[in-house]
Amino acid sequence: MSRSSRPFRLAAAALLAASWGAASARADDMPVIKVEMRDGVILPATIEVPANTRFKLEISNTGQSPVEFESTELKREKALAGGSTSAIVFRTLDPGTYQVFDDFHPEAKATLVAK
Amino acid sequence: MIGAFIIAFREVIEAGLIISIVLAATRGIPGRMRWVLLGVAGGLVGAGLVALFAETISDAFEGSGQDILNAAVLIVAVLLLIWHNTWMSKHGKELAGELRAAGEAVRSGEREAAALSIVVGAAILREGAELVLFLYGLVASGTSGADIQFGAFAGIGAGILLSAVTYFGLASIPSRYVFSITSALIIFLAAGLASQAAQFLANAGVVDVLGQTLWNSSGVIAENSWPGRVLHALVGYTDRPTALQGLVYVGTIAVMVGLMQWSAADKRRSVRTA
Repeated sequence: MSRSSRPFRLAAAALLAASWGAASARADDMPVIKVEMRDGVILPATIEVPANTRFKLEISNTGQSPVEFESTELKREKALAGGSTSAIVFRTLDPGTYQVFDDFHPEAKATLVAK
Repeated sequence: MIGAFIIAFREVIEAGLIISIVLAATRGIPGRMRWVLLGVAGGLVGAGLVALFAETISDAFEGSGQDILNAAVLIVAVLLLIWHNTWMSKHGKELAGELRAAGEAVRSGEREAAALSIVVGAAILREGAELVLFLYGLVASGTSGADIQFGAFAGIGAGILLSAVTYFGLASIPSRYVFSITSALIIFLAAGLASQAAQFLANAGVVDVLGQTLWNSSGVIAENSWPGRVLHALVGYTDRPTALQGLVYVGTIAVMVGLMQWSAADKRRSVRTA
């Protein structure tokens, strides 16, 4: 092995460690809450989700332009190309009200309510 | 147009600030530009692949694929930054030209440059995938006008320009001080990236401890305000850190400072015995 390979081996080890930890995640039988994002609109404006349990937030970008679902309070973000759908899995969420927004359409805002 | 400009500009400087610090920190290492360009190219290709396979990645690991990937990329960058600072505390003076005869810095410099190219690639991969999605969406949708597309590309140009100004600003610091300053910046940069990685692992459910919020400073500096975003990119500022993030942040700083002290002491010993 050449001397320059040490950083690469270090990198590979870290990748392995991170993916190994994730493999222990459980199978999903959780509630799915749907959110629609369309060129600067987030629907519904009030997203109701269950508190203190696992759930999946399924986000569909039904518009033409790319969107980024984001919440600094929830520490989550997800960018979506036009016409695509993806999901964020929440492990548990304390009851409360959280602000979410579209980082690619700063005027688009919604509220996520966990109860 | 202004909106597209700001979004593109923001995404570029988040990676660009990291790259300019790392570049300034490795001034004087021979052959580094080749490695930097390799890192940039690798990061761009990686960002394109992540954007292309966004849905597949997202669905992996029970829906935690994106979090796991982000955490892995950040952990790699953090480990290499730790290694960089440890190496630098031994060889920085040689690179600064105070010990011109010393050849070890040059000999192991290639390895250092390789590590640097991975950090550059990781920074671009992490921030670039969103930008690729954004730009591709603008171009592919066909609905956005030429002015919006122009705004986005002007934003990229402005972001690269600001990153370059940051680099030349840092590079103009006298070489006696430049490595001390970049080492300090990199300690906070690495600590910030490590605490972000910890949050991604918490989001993915890999880590399930210390989730309580330490404080809420969103009223002082909101994380998605301009100062908040710049501080986030540079020192990992977050307006509602969890206990886990705080612990990882402080722990990373402690480990880096400890290793740098050890490495510098090791250097002094080897100089004495030589």
